[in-house]
Amino acid sequence: MQLTNRSKQVSNKQMTFAERIYLPAIATGLGITIKHFFQKKVTIQYPEVKKNLGPVFRGRHVLKRDDQGRERCTACGLCAVACPAEAISMVAAERQKGEENLYREEKYAAVYEINMLRCIFCGLCEEACPKQAIYLRHDEFVPVFTERDQVVWGKDLLAENMNNRYLRKAWTKEEAREQDIKGIDAKPRTQL
Amino acid sequence: MTFTIDVAFIIKSIIILVIFGITLLVAMYSTYGERKVAAFMQDRIGPNRAGPFGLLQPLADAVKMFFKEDFIPAQSSKWLFILGPCLSMLTALMTSAVIPFGDSIKYEAAPGKIWDVPVQAIDVNIGILYVFGVVSLGVYGIMVGGWASNNKFSLLGAIRAASQNISYEISMGLAIIAILMMTGSLSIRHIVEQQHGGNWNIFYQPLGFIIFITCAFAECNRTPFDLPECETELIGGYHTEYSSMKLGFYLFAEYINMFVSSAMISSLYFGGYNYPGMDWVQAQLIGSLGEIAGHNVATLIGFLVFFGKSLFFVFFYMWVRWTLPRFRYDQLMNLGWKGLIPLAIVNIILTGGAILFLKPLVMSFLK
Repeated sequence: MQLTNRSKQVSNKQMTFAERIYLPAIATGLGITIKHFFQKKVTIQYPEVKKNLGPVFRGRHVLKRDDQGRERCTACGLCAVACPAEAISMVAAERQKGEENLYREEKYAAVYEINMLRCIFCGLCEEACPKQAIYLRHDEFVPVFTERDQVVWGKDLLAENMNNRYLRKAWTKEEAREQDIKGIDAKPRTQL
Repeated sequence: MTFTIDVAFIIKSIIILVIFGITLLVAMYSTYGERKVAAFMQDRIGPNRAGPFGLLQPLADAVKMFFKEDFIPAQSSKWLFILGPCLSMLTALMTSAVIPFGDSIKYEAAPGKIWDVPVQAIDVNIGILYVFGVVSLGVYGIMVGGWASNNKFSLLGAIRAASQNISYEISMGLAIIAILMMTGSLSIRHIVEQQHGGNWNIFYQPLGFIIFITCAFAECNRTPFDLPECETELIGGYHTEYSSMKLGFYLFAEYINMFVSSAMISSLYFGGYNYPGMDWVQAQLIGSLGEIAGHNVATLIGFLVFFGKSLFFVFFYMWVRWTLPRFRYDQLMNLGWKGLIPLAIVNIILTGGAILFLKPLVMSFLK
């Protein structure tokens, strides 16, 4: 029974003289390696040259704000529940009068912390978020840390900087795939 | 008279030191070259962080080697453990003494009296025997080191090295005999001089060359014959237990051996410092620069040609290493005993026949 069309008939025929003296095969092999010797190298000189990892690469986290600069997070905790590494923790608080320009929803995260040693950058928090508040940036990694107090990132590091907003070409995998198929070079934009 | 002897002595000392230094330098940069060649053949870039193009990488490696902990296993025989890498290094360095790196340097000792100093550490008339003697001593370094480590894998590696070297030395010697029959001399300088111009031995001894280079690969423990240290089976072979500069010596000795055997290949089969049109170049140089300076510049060019040939073969070693996989041990022994030795004997018979019958025939045609 044939399972695939890749099966090959094994042959036990005697090797020819050219095969037995082994040298022609060596010469062919040397030819292949010397061809590679002069080929273009595939190495990317990482710290100096950075490769574009695509519009939906999962790098460091960002807590998005809306266009008026209000935090989108409502501290529902779905990201923390979705997180397989239990890296996210938060403390919710009620929005007071006069804070409407700071927080979009009536409830907000007073403390929002991600443990970068636990995080596995799976992006499930991104998918779980009903408010489109948390994203993994496609253009920045979590920088190397050497001290213990650099491990847990609070809102000071996570919240989006309104002077330098985080833009990207596609905000979902589906969008990225569609752009890819249709060959659209989309403009980077702030939000879905 | 004492004055002239002193100058000759000084020139000789300088030549010896330069040859010694060049051997070490080439071996040092072979490690860099090896990594670069490996990288290039695998479409990578290779070391490029230490200095421009990574040229300081060997220095960084040496510093690393020096500062590593020098560990001697408790169950090893301490003195032999130290002696192993020393022997390896010593024998590797001794071989380069008889290789003619260039023609000769001329200088005027007294008015009208021109001295001729060959660019070679010592010109012994049994150069080839000397090389063979020293090379077969080289296996002691590996054997002693592997045995003294008191480690199964080291011992296995050492045994493999010993039997491999002994097997391949035979066919290597037989391959050389054909050359000796052609030249009638054991002095490497004589052999090189007989290949004057483009009259290289490779054109007369292609089979001998293939046998010789195969054996040279085996003698240097290079891939595809790197069974003594094969990482996948024996961890590191004879140098499993070694660390720090002792390991450095073993690795370094391998690269020196590589360079020396490349130099041997180019002087025995590729004319050493000879190149086509060398007489014309020398005549032109003597015509424009004078008798002494012209000769010395011609020697320098010859030296560079020789160096280029040797470096090509060093590259060839690396090229083959990153092309071929390792032999299995029985394949290695089959190739050595059943393949190369009969072939080398056939080569001797063919050479003998050619000298007896073909040479007079060709000569009579030429007349």
